[in-house]
Amino acid sequence: MGTGNYAIELRELTKTFGDVVANDKVSLALERGEILSLLGENGSGKTTLMNMLSGIYFPDGGEILVDGKPVTIRSPKDAHDLGIGMIHQHFKLVDVLTAAENIILGMKGKGRLDRKAVAREVRAISEKYGFEIDPDQKIYDMSVSQKQTVEIVKVLYRGANVLILDEPTAVLTPQETEKLFDVLRSMKADGKSIIIITHKLREVMEISDKVAVLRKGQYIGTVDTADTDPQRLTEMMVGRSVSLNIERPKTEYQDLRLEVKGLNCRRDDGVKALEDVTFQAMGGEILGIAGIAGSGQKELLESIAGLHKVESGHIFYYPPRPDSDLARTGLHVPTDKAGEELVGKTPTQIHQIGVSLAFVPEDRLGMGLVADMGMVGNMMLKSYQSGKGPLVDRKAPKALAEILKDELEIATPSISTPVRRLSGGNVQKVLVGREIASSPTVLMTAYPVRGLDINSAYTIYDLLNEQKKLGAAVILVGEDLDVLLELCDRIMVLCGGRVSGVVDAAKTTKEEVGLLMTHIPTDREEADA
Amino acid sequence: MSSLFSISFVIAAVAAGAPLLFGTLGELLTEKSGNLNLGVEGMMYMGGVAGLAGAYYYEQAAGAASSGAVAAAIATVCAFLAAAFGAFLYSVLTITLRANQNVTGLALTIFGTGFGNLVGEAMGNAAGGFVAVSQSTKNVFIGGIPVLKDLPVVGKLLFSYNYLVYLGLALAVALAWFLDRTRTGLDLRSVGEDPGTADAAGIDVTRYKYLATCVGGGISGLGGLYVVMAQQQGVWVHDCVNGKGWIAVALVIFATWSPWRALVGSMVFGGLSVLRLYMSWGGNRLAPIYDIVPYVATVVVLIAVSIRQRRESQPPASLGNAYFREER
Repeated sequence: MGTGNYAIELRELTKTFGDVVANDKVSLALERGEILSLLGENGSGKTTLMNMLSGIYFPDGGEILVDGKPVTIRSPKDAHDLGIGMIHQHFKLVDVLTAAENIILGMKGKGRLDRKAVAREVRAISEKYGFEIDPDQKIYDMSVSQKQTVEIVKVLYRGANVLILDEPTAVLTPQETEKLFDVLRSMKADGKSIIIITHKLREVMEISDKVAVLRKGQYIGTVDTADTDPQRLTEMMVGRSVSLNIERPKTEYQDLRLEVKGLNCRRDDGVKALEDVTFQAMGGEILGIAGIAGSGQKELLESIAGLHKVESGHIFYYPPRPDSDLARTGLHVPTDKAGEELVGKTPTQIHQIGVSLAFVPEDRLGMGLVADMGMVGNMMLKSYQSGKGPLVDRKAPKALAEILKDELEIATPSISTPVRRLSGGNVQKVLVGREIASSPTVLMTAYPVRGLDINSAYTIYDLLNEQKKLGAAVILVGEDLDVLLELCDRIMVLCGGRVSGVVDAAKTTKEEVGLLMTHIPTDREEADA
Repeated sequence: MSSLFSISFVIAAVAAGAPLLFGTLGELLTEKSGNLNLGVEGMMYMGGVAGLAGAYYYEQAAGAASSGAVAAAIATVCAFLAAAFGAFLYSVLTITLRANQNVTGLALTIFGTGFGNLVGEAMGNAAGGFVAVSQSTKNVFIGGIPVLKDLPVVGKLLFSYNYLVYLGLALAVALAWFLDRTRTGLDLRSVGEDPGTADAAGIDVTRYKYLATCVGGGISGLGGLYVVMAQQQGVWVHDCVNGKGWIAVALVIFATWSPWRALVGSMVFGGLSVLRLYMSWGGNRLAPIYDIVPYVATVVVLIAVSIRQRRESQPPASLGNAYFREER
């Protein structure tokens, strides 16, 4: 110990927030030129631990050693000076500045800002590690993966030897993830040490040399990646054995629930978002929607939910058969056989029909939940109209919040704690749980497991399957193709706002879907196939 | 009554616009650090009365040997420091103690207004009636660059102002250069946009916020000095600032946080505020209409800016928010 073999050594670090112990005497070591995966469920203290290393939080106890020497990291600046750079899950970039300006933020240097010289330096770093980056591009014009690139270059520009990446792949497409991993490998070859936080076990196996596991704020252990497998890692993480197979139950009903015909709509900036989208969603099935981020997924779901203006096209809703469980709840009385047109209805009307949307945006809290309200308040958002008289009914939402808290194992000090204080995964459980609780006949959800740990993700998959078994039509926009292939019955692939194909999830391959994501087959190709 | 298209209108517009320019530049610098200081009005009072006191007591002490230039210099320093002190109080409350910025700013306006009137009138009472600075000091604030001001047309148009006008102009240019062309300026902008990011980039957020707010407050205070020394000619007049601080707050939005447009905006508003003296049409009955023109213009600009939605014309993203690193 302390011989200087380690780039970073943490000894018994402790951090508490109020009554919550986020890190309890966590020790960890990172060798030079190694990639270490930090694994743990949501709220297990991974981010807190890394934030102490990068100077965002100051530890309550314990010791940090850099290159064998004890150090005190009081601010992010101290961390920079020690060569530690962190790429945060929520990017730390100023939107209205250019890439180059963000990169040199806070750096010492000539008082006068020489933009050309900075751009030159940024290009040099980019070339060295194989980034594609335009130093003069504004951040708000960038895609998520471009922003991430800027973050990485920013850290490298500051001469970091230790890079910490907090869930870097959560918002990347498979192709972008591959590119990122290539960059990480070339940085490793360059002698940099890397700590990566990710929930995707496949990625852990692919990229890391060692895996360190945290559970409920405590350090469980470190293993060589070569000596372990996803099953064993999950057990370390969760503390008990968990089945890693996603179920795809067969259901008895397969009735037409939602029919979208020739749907066209535009984004707010006038660009065409959906072009002639036609598909059907059945009750009792999970329809997956795959596509590169921004291919029209959000607009499609919002159009159906009545939140986005439809330019042309139809959305027909067919109520469940009278003999199905859903119909028996008495909530949804069949109207007529022709189907009910949803275009032109208000979001409230559509929601009352039983079409429910649980959208988990990149920043989780952006849509659907009010950050400063507790669970009860957020439950009430969907039910406040149902009360009689001018006063709100607090009892029902309160009961619902209690049920969700218990059933989904939502970690919160109390159901009235503002959801902003919960960890990301728990926030998502609140959101998805609330939508499911309204027993929808069409459940639309986008990225419901984004950034969730494996255990929570499986809870969500189970919830979706349960809805499917009840006869609801589940529409799931996902980003992890492996999961979509295992969970969904059919997968519709969007490419640039158009449907490039609908495939049977049980029979297709990841490659086929990946190809459809970037490429719309022409008529001739379809004839050949 | 002179015509609207006369040199004297331009001169009057500049004279009326100068206090607005200081207030606007000061508040602009403050807001770039993410602090919305609604206390501009109060800081202008504090600056004005401190400037007057500085010049007056210097003259009293120096007696016959007093010089107008020295009195003006002392007045400038006093005005800057007093207003900066007001901004410092605001900073302690909002940055260190994380109090609500709007409430604190309003309190500063109320405090500053009271402070200015109290001290101004107390000084007058002590002097047995009213305070007035000497003619040589007044002359400095009447201004004009010797020789050059006697040139035909351009002399009056460009060289007939007092030093504060040129100082304001220089400040606008310097601020534009600072914000756009220096590393420190870039860092300051990032603090106002996203303090979390700035902090993670190793920028001392607290220091930047304090400095920008205090210096910004000091600059605003010079606007008060201009009101007292140039517009009221070195005499304390009750409630003399009279809402100019509020127009400055609006002008920052009008200028969409650009020092160049702040310069233009101040002069335009200066012109609008003296408009009725130069409009013969409608006579006195329409005077109130002319008086509301600056405020209507503010509303129009606010609407135009929010419709345009250009990313660069938006307020600093974290304007009005306190920053706490360990916030979860």
